[in-house]
Amino acid sequence: MLYREAGQFKTSYAADQAIFTIPQDRAAFWILLALGFIAIPLVASEYVLLTIMIPFLVFALAAIGLNILTGYAGQLSLGTGGFMAVGAFTAYKLTTALPGLDIVFVFLLSGLVAAAVGIVFGLPSLRIKGFYLAVATLAAQFFLIWLFNKLPWFSNYSPSGVIGAPPRAALGLVTVTGAEASPVAKYLFTLAFVAILALAAKNLVRGRFGRSWMAIRDMDIAAEIIGIRPLNAKLSAFAVSSFYVGIAGALWAFIYTGGVEALAFDIDRSFQILFMIIIGGLGSILGSFLGAAFITLLPILLDRGGEALGLPVPVNVLTNLEDMIFGGLIILFLIAEPRGLARLWQIGKEKLRLWPFPH
Amino acid sequence: MELLHALVIDPIGAIADNPEFLLEVVIGGLLTGVMYSLVALGFVLIYKASGIFNFAQGVMVLFAALCFVGQLQLGMPLVMALLSTVAIMIALAFVIERVVLRPLVNQEPIILFMATIGITFFLTGLGQLVWGGDVKTLDIGLPKDPLIIGGVLVNEFDLTAAAVAGLLVAGLALFFQKTSIGRALRAVADDHQAALSVGIPLKTIWVIVWSVAGIVGLVAGIMWGTNLGVQFSLALVALKALPVLILGGFTSIPGAIVGGLIVGAGEKVAEVFWGPAFGGAIEDWFAYVLALVFLLFRPQGLFGERIIERV
Repeated sequence: MLYREAGQFKTSYAADQAIFTIPQDRAAFWILLALGFIAIPLVASEYVLLTIMIPFLVFALAAIGLNILTGYAGQLSLGTGGFMAVGAFTAYKLTTALPGLDIVFVFLLSGLVAAAVGIVFGLPSLRIKGFYLAVATLAAQFFLIWLFNKLPWFSNYSPSGVIGAPPRAALGLVTVTGAEASPVAKYLFTLAFVAILALAAKNLVRGRFGRSWMAIRDMDIAAEIIGIRPLNAKLSAFAVSSFYVGIAGALWAFIYTGGVEALAFDIDRSFQILFMIIIGGLGSILGSFLGAAFITLLPILLDRGGEALGLPVPVNVLTNLEDMIFGGLIILFLIAEPRGLARLWQIGKEKLRLWPFPH
Repeated sequence: MELLHALVIDPIGAIADNPEFLLEVVIGGLLTGVMYSLVALGFVLIYKASGIFNFAQGVMVLFAALCFVGQLQLGMPLVMALLSTVAIMIALAFVIERVVLRPLVNQEPIILFMATIGITFFLTGLGQLVWGGDVKTLDIGLPKDPLIIGGVLVNEFDLTAAAVAGLLVAGLALFFQKTSIGRALRAVADDHQAALSVGIPLKTIWVIVWSVAGIVGLVAGIMWGTNLGVQFSLALVALKALPVLILGGFTSIPGAIVGGLIVGAGEKVAEVFWGPAFGGAIEDWFAYVLALVFLLFRPQGLFGERIIERV
C-alpha cells in the first residue's frame, strides 16, 4: 500500500531517467543520508565510528571499485589489495613530499596514480579472460606488495616499513588525519567522500561507459560487433575500478588505521573485498554497500555472540570456529541466493508493492 | 650501466663461472616444481571433470596432512593413519558434493569458485580446531640425506618426492585410461551433457573426482609436510600452483607436471642469479609474472584446449 508506483506518471525525460523514480525511494534515500550525516555522528560512540562505520565505508568504496571491474565489466580480479596499496603509498609519498597539498587532492591524485597502475596491469585482459585473468591479476597483487615492502623509498626509509599518516586538514577546514583528528571529523570526511564517489559510480554505470562494460561482460565478441571497442571498455573499467580501489586504500591507511604497512594489503584483503561483492551482489552499487556491511559486521557479531553466550572457549578455538561459521555462511548464502543481498532487497521490494494484499 | 651489470653481466658471468652450480640450482628447482605439480594436479582433476576452479585444493592439502599427522601423534600406526585419512578425504568428497555442489549445479563458474573459497575457510577452521594450529613435524622415515651424483648435490628426499609424484601420475594415467570409471571421467570432462545422456551418473563422478583430488592432496601434504612441517602455510602453496596451471593449461595433466617443473626451476634460477639485482625475495612474484608474460603469447597455456569462441 505504502510502497507502489501505480498512478505515478513521469512527464519528462529527466523524471524518467532519475536514479530513484519513485518518491518513496527518494525519501528513503534522503532519510538514509540524513541518518548518516546527522544522526550517526550525534548518537554513535567513538568505538562505533572508528571500528565499525569507517571501515565499513572504506570497504564499501573498495567494493564499488571491484564491482565496477568484476560485476559490471566481467573481469575477475584478485589484485584489489595491490591497488589499495598503490593508493595508500602514493598518498603517503604525496603528503610527505608536498605538505601544502590539501588531503582531498592527495586522495584524488593517489586514485589517479592507482588508475594508471590499473591500466598497466589491465593490459593482459585484452588477451585473456576468466580464471586465467584472475591469476594474471595475482601477479599485480604479489608484485606490488613486494615492491612496497622491498623499496624503502616508498615508506621514506622508515625502518619498520610502516607509513604513518601526518596530520592534515580537509579543504583547510578541519583536521581529518593524524592522531589528533576527532572521530566525528574522520567519519564525516569518509562518508562525504564515499557518498560522492558512490553517486558518481551509480551514474557512470548507467551511462555510456557502464553500458559498454556490461556489453563486454555479457559477451565480448558480440559487443565488439555492435561497435564497442574492447580496448577502451576493458582498460577504462580497469582504470575507474583502480581509481576507486586506490582511494579506498588511501582512506584505509590515512583515516581508518592511521599507519599501515604493505602487508596490510595482502591477498587476504583482495579476497575479503571479492567476498563483499559476491555476497552483496555482482553488478550492483547497492550490493557493494550491503556486502561491505555484511563482511565488516559478521566477525564483530560472531565475536559478540560468543561473548554473549558466555561460553568458556579459548580465543584460538573461537577464531577457528569463526572461520568455520564464516565459510559455512558463505556457502549457505550462495545456495540461498547466488545473486546476493542486492537481489534479496529487490525481491523484498517486489513483495512490498503488493503488501498487504496477496495479489 | 650499473643496471646492465646487475641484470645481464653479473648473472651470466656467475653462470659461466660455475655451470655446475647452475645445474644444482635447476635440479633443486625442478624438485620443488614437482611439489607444485602435485598441488596443481588436484586442481586440474576437478577443473576437468566439473569445470570448477577449486580454490580449496590448497586447504585440502593442509587438511589431509593435518589429519594424517594428528592421527600419527595419537599413536596410530602409519598404515592405519594413511588409510583412515584416505577415508576422511573420501567422506569429505561426499559431503562437499551433497552439501555444496549439488545445490549449486548450473550456477555460474564464479559462484562455484566462491563456494570453494567458502570451503577453504570452513576446512581451515575445522582442521585447526580439531588438530590444533601449531606447527607439527612430520617424519615418516623418508630419507633426507644429501647425495652427490656426478658432482651435483641433490637431496634424497627430493628424489623420493619426484619418484612418488611420478608413481602417482603413472597411477592416475592408468586409472584414467584403462578403467571404466576413468573412461567415464574423461567423458564427463569432454562434455557434461553428452556424458549424462549416455547414462554416466554425474554426481558419482564428482564424488570420485573430489576423492581423487583429496588423495592427491594427501600425497602432496605428506611431501610438503615432511619438508616444511605441517602448518597453515601449506594452504598457501596452493597459490603457487596457480601460475603452474596457467603455464600448463587448466585442463591438462601433463601440463600441470611440466608447468610445475618450469615454474619451480624458473623461480629458483631467477632468485639465485637475478634476485640480488632486485633486492631479493623475487620468488614471491616471479612465477606470476612469468605466467603473465606467457599468457600474452599463448592464452590457453602449453597444453590447454584451444579456446574456440562462437557468437
